[in-house]
Amino acid sequence: MKVIKNLKYSKDHEWVKVEGNKAYIGITDYAQHALGDIVFVELPETDTEISGGDAFAVVESVKAAADVYSPVSGVVLEVNEELLDAPERINEDPYESWIALIELSDPDEVEELMDAVEYEKFCSEED
Amino acid sequence: MKKTPLYEVHIKLGGRMIDFGGWALPVQYTGIIEEHLAVREKAGLFDVSHMGEIIVEGPDAASYIQGIITNDITGLCIGQISYSPMCYHNGGVVDDLLVYKLNDEKFLIIVNASNTDKDYEWMKSNLAGNVLVENVSDKYAQLALQGPESESILQKLANIPLSDIKFYNFRENVNIGGITSIVSRTGYTGEDGFEIYVDSDKAEAMWNLVMEAGKDKGLVPAGLGARDTLRFEAALPLYGHELSPDITPLEVGLEKFVKLEKECDFIGKQALVEQKEKGLKRKLAGFKMIDRGLPRNGYDVEVNGEKIGYVTTGGFSPSLKLNIGLALISAEYAKKGTEIGINIRGKAVRAEVVKKPFYSKKYKK
Repeated sequence: MKVIKNLKYSKDHEWVKVEGNKAYIGITDYAQHALGDIVFVELPETDTEISGGDAFAVVESVKAAADVYSPVSGVVLEVNEELLDAPERINEDPYESWIALIELSDPDEVEELMDAVEYEKFCSEED
Repeated sequence: MKKTPLYEVHIKLGGRMIDFGGWALPVQYTGIIEEHLAVREKAGLFDVSHMGEIIVEGPDAASYIQGIITNDITGLCIGQISYSPMCYHNGGVVDDLLVYKLNDEKFLIIVNASNTDKDYEWMKSNLAGNVLVENVSDKYAQLALQGPESESILQKLANIPLSDIKFYNFRENVNIGGITSIVSRTGYTGEDGFEIYVDSDKAEAMWNLVMEAGKDKGLVPAGLGARDTLRFEAALPLYGHELSPDITPLEVGLEKFVKLEKECDFIGKQALVEQKEKGLKRKLAGFKMIDRGLPRNGYDVEVNGEKIGYVTTGGFSPSLKLNIGLALISAEYAKKGTEIGINIRGKAVRAEVVKKPFYSKKYKK
């Protein structure tokens, strides 16, 4: 399982990449592996306001549909439309395949998330 | 969970084990899509040892079976196989099964794993004449070798020309690499292939022999996930989805296997005759998504905001690269070209009724 150093992680297996007051959100390598072949992604609409913990996107594999929860609160600035036609990109490169870019309304929330070391430990306990 | 004789093999191969009707079986090894495409293009080997095997034996075996299934086995020769639903009195389905005619007084019946006990009880409670019914599921392991390369792979090991075994035929006592087997040209994928029955203690040896023989032919181990997407593309019904006690075989397009005109009476006949006379209220339709969305089992099907049925199986088709589904809907909407809505997370997403099967079979007749 791949974990990237400078990202933050949620217990629902999302990653957050903070850039100033914005953050990219995606699902982790652990999550894509658990789901298997991803064949569909439902993206949120831009300008949607979301609270930390909200389900804001859906990722579906051949076998299952999984909600993606936003670990942070804010407004959806941009979505990764490439995933609509190439959902398998999440399997191939989960940390480059961001789902949404969020403008953070409460940057402190990020501090509550796990760092790479904590997340790796968390995953090893999940198995 | 129950384990098949190949449990350790799956673990060694890195199979992702799930609970399938009480059985620990691999949903995939490397990936469902990869395994699916391997079966369509080359070959895949499945462990289907969880399937139930029931022997029916005695002077009245044939007439007894005739009375509990909807298909007609009068013309069935030794070495031939018949597919049939088995119904309740109300026409709902107990199970769908295969009848192998071993001799005039002995038949092997293959049933769905999770239905084995229920079927066995049902068959015992409807005994007629001089006949013995025995559940021999634990004695048999079953492997399914499926895909266009199946014959060339298995031929390396078999002591008879496999081209002699035609579709829905079988042979007993075939020597496969030194192991005595029942070999039938059957499957559940929409491809040519074989199902191989061996004693449970020979399962691992047989698995290894076949995998080795298929090494240079692109053979891969394939899991339940691919088995489901393969059968779904070929529009083969799955019990619990297209078949259930609340669905009759006529509603899901299996009239070919319901012989209302056969000489003897059979359980469910009256209800099915009545249903046919009155006309079907609902039918199984194939559909493909027009708009973006992945249909799944249980989703409502709607037209103008009103529910007209539900999705029995839906998902991504690895061969067609489309999102497709089967739905049991009001008969008036089941015509090809009709636009229907699939309720996905509260939104009606547009779909169109299309011809079944989605993927055409390439069986060796």
